[in-house]
Amino acid sequence: MTEPLLRLDDVRATLRLRGGEQTLLDGVSLTIGEGESLGLVGESGSGKSLTTRAITRMLDPAFRVTGEIAFDGASVLSMNPAALRRYRSRDVGMIFQDPRAHVNPVHRVGDFLTESLVRDRGVDRREAERRAVVLLDEVGVRNPEQRLRQYPHELSGGLLQRVMIASVLLAEPRLILADEPTTALDVTAQSDVMAILEEQRRARGLALLFITHDLELAAACCDRLAVMYAGQIVEQGEHVYEAPSHPYTIELLGARPSIDERVDRLPVLRYDRATHELLKAEAS
Amino acid sequence: MSLAPYLLRRLGGLLLVLLVTSFIVFGLLYLAPGSPLAFILGPRGGTPEQIAAVTEQYHLDDPFLLRYVAWLGDLLRGDLGYSIVYRQDVSALISSRVGTTLALVSMAAIIIALVGIAAGTFAALRGGWGDQLTSTLAAVGLSTPSFVVGVALISVFAVGLGWFPTFGSGTGGVDTLYHLVLPAVALSVASAAYLARITRAAVLEEGGREHVQTATARGLAPGHIVRHHVLRNSLIPIVTVLGLTIATLIAGAVVVENVFALDGLGSLLVRAILQRDFAVVQAVILVLVVAFVVVNAIVDVLYTFIDPRITLGSRQ
Ligand SMILES: Nc1ncnc2c1ncn2[C@@H]1O[C@H](COP(=O)(O)OP(=O)(O)O)[C@@H](O)[C@H]1O
Ligand SMILES: [Mg+2]
Repeated sequence: MTEPLLRLDDVRATLRLRGGEQTLLDGVSLTIGEGESLGLVGESGSGKSLTTRAITRMLDPAFRVTGEIAFDGASVLSMNPAALRRYRSRDVGMIFQDPRAHVNPVHRVGDFLTESLVRDRGVDRREAERRAVVLLDEVGVRNPEQRLRQYPHELSGGLLQRVMIASVLLAEPRLILADEPTTALDVTAQSDVMAILEEQRRARGLALLFITHDLELAAACCDRLAVMYAGQIVEQGEHVYEAPSHPYTIELLGARPSIDERVDRLPVLRYDRATHELLKAEAS
Repeated sequence: MSLAPYLLRRLGGLLLVLLVTSFIVFGLLYLAPGSPLAFILGPRGGTPEQIAAVTEQYHLDDPFLLRYVAWLGDLLRGDLGYSIVYRQDVSALISSRVGTTLALVSMAAIIIALVGIAAGTFAALRGGWGDQLTSTLAAVGLSTPSFVVGVALISVFAVGLGWFPTFGSGTGGVDTLYHLVLPAVALSVASAAYLARITRAAVLEEGGREHVQTATARGLAPGHIVRHHVLRNSLIPIVTVLGLTIATLIAGAVVVENVFALDGLGSLLVRAILQRDFAVVQAVILVLVVAFVVVNAIVDVLYTFIDPRITLGSRQ
Protein backbone atom coordinates (compact mmCIF):
# COMPACT_ATOMS: atom_id res chain seq x y z
CA MET A 1 0.00 0.00 0.00
CA THR A 2 1.37 3.43 -0.88
CA GLU A 3 1.75 6.06 1.79
CA PRO A 4 -1.23 8.49 1.88
CA LEU A 5 -0.62 12.23 1.73
CA LEU A 6 -1.60 12.69 5.37
CA ARG A 7 -1.69 9.99 7.99
CA LEU A 8 -2.69 10.39 11.63
CA ASP A 9 -2.01 7.36 13.71
CA ASP A 10 -3.33 7.12 17.26
CA VAL A 11 -2.86 10.84 17.89
CA ARG A 12 -3.45 11.87 21.47
CA ALA A 13 -3.42 15.41 22.78
CA THR A 14 -3.30 15.67 26.53
CA LEU A 15 -3.68 18.89 28.42
CA ARG A 16 -1.65 19.03 31.58
CA LEU A 17 -3.66 20.70 34.29
CA ARG A 18 -2.94 21.36 37.93
CA GLY A 19 -5.53 18.81 38.99
CA GLY A 20 -4.38 16.11 36.58
CA GLU A 21 -4.62 15.47 32.87
CA GLN A 22 -7.35 15.89 30.31
CA THR A 23 -7.16 13.93 27.09
CA LEU A 24 -8.86 16.01 24.42
CA LEU A 25 -7.77 14.01 21.37
CA ASP A 26 -8.07 10.38 22.28
CA GLY A 27 -6.37 8.22 19.70
CA VAL A 28 -7.35 9.86 16.41
CA SER A 29 -6.38 7.88 13.31
CA LEU A 30 -7.21 8.95 9.80
CA THR A 31 -5.70 9.17 6.34
CA ILE A 32 -6.21 11.49 3.41
CA GLY A 33 -4.89 10.51 0.00
CA GLU A 34 -3.58 12.88 -2.68
CA GLY A 35 -6.54 14.79 -4.14
CA GLU A 36 -8.98 13.16 -1.75
CA SER A 37 -11.49 14.93 0.46
CA LEU A 38 -12.40 13.83 3.96
CA GLY A 39 -15.31 15.34 5.84
CA LEU A 40 -14.82 15.50 9.59
CA VAL A 41 -18.12 15.95 11.41
CA GLY A 42 -19.06 16.03 15.05
CA GLU A 43 -20.73 18.22 17.61
CA SER A 44 -19.06 21.33 18.88
CA GLY A 45 -16.33 20.56 21.39
CA SER A 46 -15.66 17.10 19.99
CA GLY A 47 -12.09 18.00 18.99
CA LYS A 48 -12.37 18.84 15.30
CA SER A 49 -10.43 22.10 15.55
CA LEU A 50 -7.87 20.50 17.83
CA THR A 51 -7.30 17.89 15.11
CA THR A 52 -6.45 20.57 12.53
CA ARG A 53 -4.21 22.28 15.05
CA ALA A 54 -2.45 19.01 15.72
CA ILE A 55 -1.93 18.51 11.98
CA THR A 56 -0.21 21.92 11.65
CA ARG A 57 1.48 21.48 15.03
CA MET A 58 -0.18 24.60 16.31
CA LEU A 59 -1.55 23.25 19.57
CA ASP A 60 -0.86 25.30 22.64
CA PRO A 61 2.47 24.28 24.25
CA ALA A 62 0.46 23.13 27.27
CA PHE A 63 -0.63 20.09 25.23
CA ARG A 64 1.40 16.91 25.05
CA VAL A 65 0.93 15.29 21.68
CA THR A 66 1.76 11.66 21.05
CA GLY A 67 1.19 9.28 18.16
CA GLU A 68 2.22 9.76 14.59
CA ILE A 69 1.36 12.56 12.16
CA ALA A 70 2.96 11.99 8.80
CA PHE A 71 2.73 14.25 5.78
CA ASP A 72 3.98 12.62 2.61
CA GLY A 73 5.96 10.26 4.80
CA ALA A 74 7.62 12.99 6.88
CA SER A 75 6.89 13.03 10.59
CA VAL A 76 5.34 16.39 11.45
CA LEU A 77 5.92 16.03 15.18
CA SER A 78 9.67 15.69 14.74
CA MET A 79 10.22 18.49 12.19
CA ASN A 80 12.76 21.17 13.11
CA PRO A 81 11.55 24.81 13.06
CA ALA A 82 12.70 25.43 9.49
CA ALA A 83 11.10 22.27 8.15
CA LEU A 84 7.92 23.04 10.08
CA ARG A 85 7.70 26.53 8.55
CA ARG A 86 8.26 25.09 5.12
CA TYR A 87 5.58 22.48 5.70
CA ARG A 88 3.08 25.12 6.89
CA SER A 89 3.97 27.45 4.08
CA ARG A 90 4.01 25.04 1.12
CA ASP A 91 2.23 21.82 2.01
CA VAL A 92 -0.87 22.69 3.98
CA GLY A 93 -3.22 25.64 3.78
CA MET A 94 -5.62 26.59 6.55
CA ILE A 95 -9.02 28.17 5.99
CA PHE A 96 -10.52 29.39 9.23
CA GLN A 97 -14.07 29.79 10.40
CA ASP A 98 -14.10 33.53 10.96
CA PRO A 99 -12.25 35.42 8.22
CA ARG A 100 -12.90 38.73 9.97
CA ALA A 101 -10.84 37.67 12.97
CA HIS A 102 -8.30 35.70 10.99
CA VAL A 103 -7.15 38.48 8.66
CA ASN A 104 -5.09 41.30 10.17
CA PRO A 105 -7.33 44.40 10.02
CA VAL A 106 -4.50 46.93 9.70
CA HIS A 107 -2.99 45.66 6.44
CA ARG A 108 -4.48 45.89 2.98
CA VAL A 109 -6.09 42.86 1.37
CA GLY A 110 -3.28 42.88 -1.19
CA ASP A 111 -0.64 42.69 1.55
CA PHE A 112 -2.44 39.74 3.11
CA LEU A 113 -2.59 37.90 -0.19
CA THR A 114 0.99 38.51 -1.26
CA GLU A 115 2.68 38.33 2.14
CA SER A 116 3.79 34.70 1.93
CA LEU A 117 4.87 34.85 -1.68
CA VAL A 118 6.93 37.99 -1.19
CA ARG A 119 8.38 37.00 2.18
CA ASP A 120 9.04 33.32 1.80
CA ARG A 121 9.07 32.51 -1.90
CA GLY A 122 11.12 35.39 -3.21
CA VAL A 123 8.38 36.41 -5.64
CA ASP A 124 8.58 40.13 -6.39
CA ARG A 125 5.62 42.25 -5.33
CA ARG A 126 4.36 43.04 -8.84
CA GLU A 127 4.30 39.41 -9.82
CA ALA A 128 2.70 38.40 -6.52
CA GLU A 129 -0.03 41.00 -7.03
CA ARG A 130 -0.60 39.81 -10.56
CA ARG A 131 -1.08 36.26 -9.31
CA ALA A 132 -3.37 37.50 -6.53
CA VAL A 133 -5.55 39.31 -9.06
CA VAL A 134 -5.84 36.18 -11.18
CA LEU A 135 -6.82 34.09 -8.18
CA LEU A 136 -9.31 36.61 -6.82
CA ASP A 137 -10.93 36.54 -10.22
CA GLU A 138 -11.04 32.74 -10.16
CA VAL A 139 -12.74 32.65 -6.75
CA GLY A 140 -15.35 35.07 -8.02
CA VAL A 141 -14.21 38.38 -6.57
CA ARG A 142 -15.10 41.23 -8.88
CA ASN A 143 -12.80 44.25 -9.37
CA PRO A 144 -9.83 42.33 -7.95
CA GLU A 145 -7.32 45.16 -8.56
CA GLN A 146 -9.44 47.49 -6.47
CA ARG A 147 -9.89 44.89 -3.72
CA LEU A 148 -6.12 44.63 -3.27
CA ARG A 149 -6.06 48.30 -2.19
CA GLN A 150 -8.92 47.91 0.28
CA TYR A 151 -8.79 47.04 3.95
CA PRO A 152 -10.46 43.91 5.36
CA HIS A 153 -13.19 45.87 7.15
CA GLU A 154 -14.33 47.24 3.81
CA LEU A 155 -15.20 43.73 2.57
CA SER A 156 -18.18 41.55 3.51
CA GLY A 157 -17.65 38.29 5.37
CA GLY A 158 -18.32 36.21 2.27
CA LEU A 159 -15.91 38.27 0.21
CA LEU A 160 -13.26 38.06 2.89
CA GLN A 161 -13.62 34.29 3.05
CA ARG A 162 -13.01 34.18 -0.71
CA VAL A 163 -9.91 36.25 -0.11
CA MET A 164 -8.86 33.70 2.51
CA ILE A 165 -9.43 30.87 0.04
CA ALA A 166 -7.46 32.74 -2.61
CA SER A 167 -4.60 33.27 -0.15
CA VAL A 168 -4.46 29.53 0.49
CA LEU A 169 -4.60 28.66 -3.21
CA LEU A 170 -1.83 31.18 -3.94
CA ALA A 171 0.55 29.14 -1.80
CA GLU A 172 -0.20 26.08 -3.97
CA PRO A 173 -0.45 23.61 -1.08
CA ARG A 174 -1.23 19.91 -1.47
CA LEU A 175 -3.67 19.76 1.40
CA ILE A 176 -6.30 22.23 2.53
CA LEU A 177 -7.62 22.20 6.08
CA ALA A 178 -10.96 23.99 6.13
CA ASP A 179 -12.33 24.43 9.65
CA GLU A 180 -16.03 25.26 9.32
CA PRO A 181 -15.26 27.71 6.51
CA THR A 182 -18.88 28.76 6.06
CA THR A 183 -20.25 28.70 9.60
CA ALA A 184 -19.59 32.38 10.29
CA LEU A 185 -21.09 33.55 6.99
CA ASP A 186 -24.67 34.42 6.21
CA VAL A 187 -26.75 31.80 4.44
CA THR A 188 -26.47 33.15 0.89
CA ALA A 189 -22.70 33.45 1.14
CA GLN A 190 -22.38 29.95 2.62
CA SER A 191 -23.31 27.96 -0.48
CA ASP A 192 -21.34 30.28 -2.78
CA VAL A 193 -18.17 29.98 -0.75
CA MET A 194 -18.56 26.23 -0.42
CA ALA A 195 -19.10 25.83 -4.16
CA ILE A 196 -16.03 27.89 -4.96
CA LEU A 197 -13.83 26.01 -2.53
CA GLU A 198 -14.98 22.67 -3.93
CA GLU A 199 -14.62 23.78 -7.55
CA GLN A 200 -11.10 25.14 -7.08
CA ARG A 201 -10.00 22.14 -5.07
CA ARG A 202 -11.16 19.69 -7.72
CA ALA A 203 -9.64 21.71 -10.55
CA ARG A 204 -6.28 21.65 -8.81
CA GLY A 205 -6.51 18.13 -7.46
CA LEU A 206 -5.90 19.23 -3.87
CA ALA A 207 -6.64 17.09 -0.86
CA LEU A 208 -9.10 18.51 1.65
CA LEU A 209 -9.95 18.00 5.28
CA PHE A 210 -13.36 19.60 5.54
CA ILE A 211 -14.63 20.24 9.04
CA THR A 212 -18.28 20.93 9.67
CA HIS A 213 -21.11 19.97 11.93
CA ASP A 214 -23.36 19.68 8.87
CA LEU A 215 -23.36 15.99 8.04
CA GLU A 216 -25.32 16.41 4.82
CA LEU A 217 -23.03 19.10 3.48
CA ALA A 218 -20.02 16.94 4.26
CA ALA A 219 -21.65 13.92 2.63
CA ALA A 220 -22.47 15.95 -0.45
CA CYS A 221 -18.97 17.21 -1.15
CA CYS A 222 -16.54 14.75 0.41
CA ASP A 223 -15.24 11.40 -0.75
CA ARG A 224 -15.25 10.00 2.75
CA LEU A 225 -16.64 10.95 6.15
CA ALA A 226 -15.24 10.65 9.65
CA VAL A 227 -17.49 11.15 12.66
CA MET A 228 -15.95 12.49 15.83
CA TYR A 229 -17.19 12.31 19.37
CA ALA A 230 -15.34 13.25 22.57
CA GLY A 231 -11.93 13.38 20.95
CA GLN A 232 -12.34 10.07 19.14
CA ILE A 233 -13.29 9.12 15.63
CA VAL A 234 -16.20 6.78 16.18
CA GLU A 235 -16.76 5.84 12.56
CA GLN A 236 -15.27 6.63 9.16
CA GLY A 237 -15.54 5.48 5.58
CA GLU A 238 -17.22 6.05 2.24
CA HIS A 239 -20.68 4.89 3.24
CA VAL A 240 -21.15 6.51 6.63
CA TYR A 241 -23.98 8.66 5.36
CA GLU A 242 -25.89 5.94 3.51
CA ALA A 243 -25.19 3.15 5.96
CA PRO A 244 -24.14 4.42 9.39
CA SER A 245 -23.15 1.72 11.83
CA HIS A 246 -22.21 3.55 15.03
CA PRO A 247 -25.10 4.46 17.38
CA TYR A 248 -23.94 8.09 17.57
CA THR A 249 -23.91 8.50 13.80
CA ILE A 250 -27.26 6.78 13.45
CA GLU A 251 -28.78 9.12 15.98
CA LEU A 252 -27.08 12.14 14.39
CA LEU A 253 -28.54 11.20 11.02
CA GLY A 254 -31.94 10.43 12.48
CA ALA A 255 -32.04 13.75 14.25
CA ARG A 256 -31.59 15.91 11.19
CA PRO A 257 -34.68 17.97 10.52
CA SER A 258 -36.80 16.85 7.61
CA ILE A 259 -37.18 19.33 4.80
CA ASP A 260 -40.77 20.35 5.45
CA GLU A 261 -40.37 20.55 9.20
CA ARG A 262 -39.12 23.81 10.60
CA VAL A 263 -36.92 23.50 13.66
CA ASP A 264 -36.47 26.19 16.23
CA ARG A 265 -33.84 24.40 18.22
CA LEU A 266 -31.41 21.61 17.62
CA PRO A 267 -32.73 18.23 18.72
CA VAL A 268 -31.28 16.80 21.89
CA LEU A 269 -29.41 13.58 21.31
CA ARG A 270 -29.76 10.72 23.75
CA TYR A 271 -26.21 9.64 22.98
CA ASP A 272 -24.04 11.05 25.74
CA ARG A 273 -20.69 10.58 27.43
CA ALA A 274 -21.94 7.74 29.60
CA THR A 275 -23.27 5.81 26.60
CA HIS A 276 -19.98 6.54 24.83
CA GLU A 277 -17.86 5.15 27.67
CA LEU A 278 -20.11 2.08 27.95
CA LEU A 279 -19.79 1.31 24.25
CA LYS A 280 -16.02 1.79 24.40
CA ALA A 281 -15.78 -0.65 27.30
CA GLU A 282 -17.89 -3.21 25.46
CA ALA A 283 -15.80 -2.90 22.32
CA SER A 284 -12.52 -3.59 24.04
CA MET B 1 -13.41 63.03 6.80
CA SER B 2 -10.46 64.37 4.87
CA LEU B 3 -7.54 66.15 6.39
CA ALA B 4 -8.30 69.83 5.69
CA PRO B 5 -11.78 70.07 7.27
CA TYR B 6 -10.55 67.94 10.11
CA LEU B 7 -7.65 70.26 10.84
CA LEU B 8 -10.01 73.22 10.63
CA ARG B 9 -12.26 71.60 13.20
CA ARG B 10 -9.33 70.82 15.44
CA LEU B 11 -8.16 74.41 15.10
CA GLY B 12 -11.63 75.57 16.15
CA GLY B 13 -11.43 73.22 19.13
CA LEU B 14 -7.98 74.54 20.00
CA LEU B 15 -9.20 78.14 19.93
CA LEU B 16 -12.12 77.22 22.17
CA VAL B 17 -9.84 75.48 24.67
CA LEU B 18 -7.52 78.47 24.59
CA LEU B 19 -10.38 80.85 25.20
CA VAL B 20 -11.56 78.90 28.23
CA THR B 21 -8.02 78.42 29.52
CA SER B 22 -7.15 82.05 29.07
CA PHE B 23 -10.25 83.01 31.00
CA ILE B 24 -9.33 80.67 33.86
CA VAL B 25 -5.71 81.75 33.84
CA PHE B 26 -6.73 85.36 33.80
CA GLY B 27 -9.35 84.84 36.48
CA LEU B 28 -6.86 83.07 38.78
CA LEU B 29 -5.16 86.34 39.42
CA TYR B 30 -8.37 87.65 40.91
CA LEU B 31 -9.12 84.53 42.89
CA ALA B 32 -5.88 84.92 44.78
CA PRO B 33 -6.47 86.36 48.23
CA GLY B 34 -6.07 90.12 48.62
CA SER B 35 -6.23 92.66 45.85
CA PRO B 36 -4.47 91.87 42.60
CA LEU B 37 -2.22 94.77 43.23
CA ALA B 38 -1.08 93.46 46.61
CA PHE B 39 -0.73 90.00 45.12
CA ILE B 40 1.48 91.20 42.31
CA LEU B 41 3.58 93.59 44.27
CA GLY B 42 3.90 91.28 47.25
CA PRO B 43 3.67 92.01 50.96
CA ARG B 44 6.17 94.88 50.76
CA GLY B 45 3.89 96.90 48.51
CA GLY B 46 5.51 99.07 45.90
CA THR B 47 6.52 102.52 44.93
CA PRO B 48 3.79 104.74 43.50
CA GLU B 49 5.36 104.35 40.05
CA GLN B 50 5.22 100.57 40.33
CA ILE B 51 1.62 100.73 41.49
CA ALA B 52 0.79 102.96 38.56
CA ALA B 53 2.62 100.68 36.12
CA VAL B 54 0.89 97.54 37.40
CA THR B 55 -2.51 99.23 37.46
CA GLU B 56 -1.90 100.32 33.88
CA GLN B 57 -0.62 96.95 32.65
CA TYR B 58 -3.41 94.90 34.17
CA HIS B 59 -6.04 97.52 33.46
CA LEU B 60 -6.89 97.30 37.14
CA ASP B 61 -9.14 100.32 37.02
CA ASP B 62 -11.46 98.67 34.49
CA PRO B 63 -14.21 96.19 35.31
CA PHE B 64 -13.14 92.50 35.26
CA LEU B 65 -14.63 91.48 31.92
CA LEU B 66 -13.34 94.55 30.18
CA ARG B 67 -9.86 93.86 31.53
CA TYR B 68 -10.11 90.29 30.29
CA VAL B 69 -11.12 91.45 26.82
CA ALA B 70 -8.30 93.97 26.73
CA TRP B 71 -5.80 91.32 27.79
CA LEU B 72 -7.18 88.94 25.18
CA GLY B 73 -6.85 91.63 22.56
CA ASP B 74 -3.20 92.10 23.52
CA LEU B 75 -2.67 88.35 23.26
CA LEU B 76 -4.14 88.23 19.79
CA ARG B 77 -1.78 90.95 18.66
CA GLY B 78 1.09 88.79 19.93
CA ASP B 79 1.61 90.96 23.00
CA LEU B 80 1.96 88.58 25.92
CA GLY B 81 2.54 91.41 28.35
CA TYR B 82 5.54 92.77 30.16
CA SER B 83 7.45 91.04 32.94
CA ILE B 84 7.76 93.26 35.97
CA VAL B 85 10.61 91.12 37.32
CA TYR B 86 12.71 90.74 34.15
CA ARG B 87 11.72 94.13 32.74
CA GLN B 88 11.35 92.49 29.39
CA ASP B 89 8.56 91.52 26.99
CA VAL B 90 7.12 88.19 28.00
CA SER B 91 7.19 86.96 24.40
CA ALA B 92 10.95 87.60 24.29
CA LEU B 93 11.39 85.82 27.60
CA ILE B 94 9.47 82.81 26.39
CA SER B 95 11.02 82.55 22.97
CA SER B 96 14.51 82.55 24.48
CA ARG B 97 13.58 79.58 26.71
CA VAL B 98 11.16 77.54 24.67
CA GLY B 99 14.03 75.84 22.81
CA THR B 100 15.51 74.30 25.95
CA THR B 101 12.17 72.85 27.03
CA LEU B 102 11.41 71.63 23.53
CA ALA B 103 14.78 69.88 23.31
CA LEU B 104 14.37 68.40 26.78
CA VAL B 105 10.86 67.10 26.10
CA SER B 106 11.80 65.75 22.65
CA MET B 107 14.83 63.95 24.01
CA ALA B 108 12.76 62.47 26.84
CA ALA B 109 10.05 61.43 24.39
CA ILE B 110 12.60 59.58 22.25
CA ILE B 111 14.05 57.83 25.30
CA ILE B 112 10.56 56.89 26.51
CA ALA B 113 9.55 55.50 23.13
CA LEU B 114 12.74 53.49 22.61
CA VAL B 115 13.15 52.14 26.13
CA GLY B 116 9.45 51.65 26.87
CA ILE B 117 8.63 49.80 23.67
CA ALA B 118 11.81 47.70 23.73
CA ALA B 119 11.43 46.73 27.39
CA GLY B 120 7.71 45.96 27.08
CA THR B 121 8.20 43.87 23.96
CA PHE B 122 11.10 42.03 25.55
CA ALA B 123 9.06 41.26 28.67
CA ALA B 124 6.08 40.00 26.67
CA LEU B 125 8.05 37.86 24.22
CA ARG B 126 10.77 36.59 26.54
CA GLY B 127 8.48 35.74 29.46
CA GLY B 128 9.95 34.03 32.51
CA TRP B 129 12.81 35.85 34.26
CA GLY B 130 12.95 38.55 31.58
CA ASP B 131 9.33 39.42 32.28
CA GLN B 132 9.89 39.37 36.05
CA LEU B 133 12.95 41.58 35.82
CA THR B 134 11.32 44.10 33.51
CA SER B 135 8.15 44.24 35.57
CA THR B 136 10.11 44.80 38.78
CA LEU B 137 12.21 47.55 37.20
CA ALA B 138 9.05 49.12 35.80
CA ALA B 139 7.40 49.10 39.21
CA VAL B 140 10.44 50.78 40.75
CA GLY B 141 10.68 53.32 37.93
CA LEU B 142 7.01 54.10 38.10
CA SER B 143 7.06 54.83 41.82
CA THR B 144 10.17 57.00 41.90
CA PRO B 145 9.51 60.75 41.52
CA SER B 146 11.51 62.47 38.81
CA PHE B 147 13.30 64.81 41.21
CA VAL B 148 14.59 61.80 43.18
CA VAL B 149 15.82 60.22 39.94
CA GLY B 150 17.35 63.58 39.00
CA VAL B 151 19.22 63.96 42.25
CA ALA B 152 20.42 60.34 42.07
CA LEU B 153 21.62 60.83 38.48
CA ILE B 154 23.47 64.00 39.40
CA SER B 155 25.24 62.40 42.36
CA VAL B 156 26.26 59.29 40.40
CA PHE B 157 26.95 60.42 36.83
CA ALA B 158 27.74 64.11 37.31
CA VAL B 159 29.38 64.43 40.73
CA GLY B 160 30.59 60.84 41.20
CA LEU B 161 31.76 59.74 37.77
CA GLY B 162 31.99 63.19 36.26
CA TRP B 163 30.61 62.03 32.93
CA PHE B 164 27.97 64.74 32.67
CA PRO B 165 27.63 68.35 33.80
CA THR B 166 25.71 68.91 37.03
CA PHE B 167 23.54 71.77 35.85
CA GLY B 168 22.83 74.34 33.19
CA SER B 169 21.77 74.14 29.57
CA GLY B 170 25.20 74.47 27.95
CA THR B 171 26.23 76.80 25.21
CA GLY B 172 23.94 75.59 22.44
CA GLY B 173 24.05 72.84 19.82
CA VAL B 174 25.70 69.58 20.78
CA ASP B 175 26.78 71.01 24.13
CA THR B 176 23.14 71.68 25.03
CA LEU B 177 22.14 68.16 24.04
CA TYR B 178 24.98 66.86 26.21
CA HIS B 179 23.74 68.97 29.12
CA LEU B 180 20.22 67.68 28.58
CA VAL B 181 21.04 63.95 28.75
CA LEU B 182 20.65 63.52 32.51
CA PRO B 183 17.58 65.77 32.78
CA ALA B 184 15.94 63.90 29.89
CA VAL B 185 16.65 60.56 31.56
CA ALA B 186 15.23 61.83 34.85
CA LEU B 187 12.15 63.07 33.04
CA SER B 188 11.62 59.79 31.18
CA VAL B 189 12.07 57.11 33.84
CA ALA B 190 8.49 56.97 35.14
CA SER B 191 6.88 57.36 31.72
CA ALA B 192 9.18 54.78 30.13
CA ALA B 193 8.23 52.35 32.90
CA TYR B 194 4.56 53.03 32.27
CA LEU B 195 4.93 52.64 28.52
CA ALA B 196 6.79 49.37 29.08
CA ARG B 197 3.80 48.05 31.02
CA ILE B 198 1.34 49.16 28.38
CA THR B 199 3.50 47.71 25.58
CA ARG B 200 3.84 44.40 27.41
CA ALA B 201 0.08 44.09 27.85
CA ALA B 202 -0.60 45.14 24.24
CA VAL B 203 1.94 42.72 22.77
CA LEU B 204 0.52 39.85 24.84
CA GLU B 205 -3.00 40.70 23.75
CA GLU B 206 -2.19 41.22 20.08
CA GLY B 207 0.00 38.12 20.05
CA GLY B 208 -3.02 36.03 21.00
CA ARG B 209 -5.22 37.27 18.15
CA GLU B 210 -6.59 34.85 15.59
CA HIS B 211 -4.90 36.61 12.68
CA VAL B 212 -1.56 35.89 14.31
CA GLN B 213 -2.50 32.20 14.16
CA THR B 214 -3.20 32.66 10.47
CA ALA B 215 0.26 34.11 10.01
CA THR B 216 1.80 31.21 11.93
CA ALA B 217 -0.23 28.68 9.94
CA ARG B 218 1.15 30.25 6.77
CA GLY B 219 4.67 29.48 7.93
CA LEU B 220 5.80 33.11 8.12
CA ALA B 221 9.02 33.81 10.01
CA PRO B 222 8.50 34.49 13.74
CA GLY B 223 10.39 37.81 13.54
CA HIS B 224 8.19 38.97 10.68
CA ILE B 225 5.05 37.98 12.59
CA VAL B 226 6.18 39.92 15.67
CA ARG B 227 6.98 43.04 13.66
CA HIS B 228 4.17 43.11 11.10
CA HIS B 229 1.31 41.62 13.04
CA VAL B 230 1.97 41.84 16.77
CA LEU B 231 3.93 45.07 17.24
CA ARG B 232 2.27 46.82 14.34
CA ASN B 233 -1.16 46.19 15.85
CA SER B 234 0.04 47.08 19.36
CA LEU B 235 0.86 50.57 18.11
CA ILE B 236 -2.62 51.86 18.87
CA PRO B 237 -2.40 51.59 22.67
CA ILE B 238 1.31 52.45 22.51
CA VAL B 239 0.74 55.68 20.57
CA THR B 240 -2.14 56.66 22.83
CA VAL B 241 0.01 56.37 25.93
CA LEU B 242 2.99 57.95 24.25
CA GLY B 243 0.88 60.93 23.18
CA LEU B 244 -0.57 61.43 26.65
CA THR B 245 2.88 61.01 28.13
CA ILE B 246 4.48 63.64 25.93
CA ALA B 247 1.67 66.00 26.82
CA THR B 248 2.30 65.47 30.53
CA LEU B 249 6.07 65.70 30.06
CA ILE B 250 5.53 69.35 29.34
CA ALA B 251 4.32 69.72 32.91
CA GLY B 252 6.91 67.28 34.24
CA ALA B 253 9.64 69.45 32.74
CA VAL B 254 8.84 72.07 35.40
CA VAL B 255 10.26 69.86 38.13
CA VAL B 256 13.24 68.54 36.21
CA GLU B 257 14.30 71.94 34.90
CA ASN B 258 14.44 73.16 38.48
CA VAL B 259 16.45 70.18 39.72
CA PHE B 260 19.00 70.64 36.93
CA ALA B 261 18.81 74.44 36.83
CA LEU B 262 17.89 74.55 33.16
CA ASP B 263 16.63 77.83 31.76
CA GLY B 264 13.48 76.43 30.18
CA LEU B 265 9.81 77.30 30.43
CA GLY B 266 9.37 75.14 33.54
CA SER B 267 11.91 76.95 35.64
CA LEU B 268 10.64 80.25 34.28
CA LEU B 269 7.13 79.33 35.40
CA VAL B 270 8.20 78.36 38.92
CA ARG B 271 10.23 81.53 39.36
CA ALA B 272 7.43 83.63 37.94
CA ILE B 273 4.97 82.12 40.41
CA LEU B 274 7.32 82.71 43.34
CA GLN B 275 7.96 86.26 42.22
CA ARG B 276 4.32 86.92 41.34
CA ASP B 277 5.29 87.82 37.81
CA PHE B 278 1.77 87.20 36.68
CA ALA B 279 2.07 88.14 33.02
CA VAL B 280 4.74 85.45 32.72
CA VAL B 281 2.66 82.86 34.58
CA GLN B 282 -0.31 83.48 32.33
CA ALA B 283 1.75 83.31 29.15
CA VAL B 284 3.68 80.17 30.08
CA ILE B 285 0.51 78.32 31.06
CA LEU B 286 -1.07 79.29 27.77
CA VAL B 287 1.94 78.01 25.86
CA LEU B 288 1.81 74.72 27.76
CA VAL B 289 -1.89 74.33 27.00
CA VAL B 290 -1.32 74.97 23.31
CA ALA B 291 1.44 72.35 23.28
CA PHE B 292 -0.83 69.87 25.05
CA VAL B 293 -3.68 70.34 22.61
CA VAL B 294 -1.39 70.21 19.58
CA VAL B 295 0.20 66.95 20.72
CA ASN B 296 -3.23 65.42 21.17
CA ALA B 297 -4.30 66.52 17.70
CA ILE B 298 -1.16 64.95 16.23
CA VAL B 299 -1.92 61.67 18.02
CA ASP B 300 -5.44 61.71 16.58
CA VAL B 301 -4.12 62.11 13.06
CA LEU B 302 -1.57 59.34 13.68
CA TYR B 303 -4.36 56.96 14.65
CA THR B 304 -5.84 57.07 11.20
CA PHE B 305 -2.53 55.92 9.76
CA ILE B 306 -2.12 53.18 12.35
CA ASP B 307 -5.63 51.78 12.24
CA PRO B 308 -7.49 51.99 8.92
CA ARG B 309 -10.77 51.29 10.71
CA ILE B 310 -10.53 54.67 12.42
CA THR B 311 -11.41 57.66 10.28
CA LEU B 312 -10.47 61.23 11.09
CA GLY B 313 -12.83 62.72 13.64
CA SER B 314 -14.58 59.44 14.45
CA ARG B 315 -12.64 59.06 17.67
CA GLN B 316 -13.27 61.95 19.97
N1 LIG C 1 -6.24 25.64 24.43
C1 LIG C 1 -7.16 24.87 25.04
N2 LIG C 1 -7.13 24.70 26.37
C2 LIG C 1 -8.04 23.95 27.01
N3 LIG C 1 -9.03 23.30 26.40
C3 LIG C 1 -9.13 23.43 25.07
C4 LIG C 1 -8.20 24.23 24.31
N4 LIG C 1 -8.56 24.18 23.02
C5 LIG C 1 -9.65 23.39 22.97
N5 LIG C 1 -9.99 22.94 24.18
C6 LIG C 1 -11.10 22.03 24.51
O1 LIG C 1 -11.01 20.92 23.66
C7 LIG C 1 -12.28 20.48 23.25
C8 LIG C 1 -12.33 20.34 21.75
O2 LIG C 1 -12.21 21.64 21.17
P1 LIG C 1 -12.32 21.92 19.61
O3 LIG C 1 -11.38 21.06 18.89
O4 LIG C 1 -12.17 23.37 19.41
O5 LIG C 1 -13.83 21.49 19.30
P2 LIG C 1 -14.61 21.59 17.92
O6 LIG C 1 -14.92 20.18 17.54
O7 LIG C 1 -15.86 22.34 18.24
O8 LIG C 1 -13.75 22.29 16.93
C9 LIG C 1 -13.28 21.47 23.79
O9 LIG C 1 -13.91 20.89 24.90
C10 LIG C 1 -12.45 22.65 24.20
O10 LIG C 1 -13.01 23.25 25.32
MG1 LIG D 1 -14.03 24.21 16.07
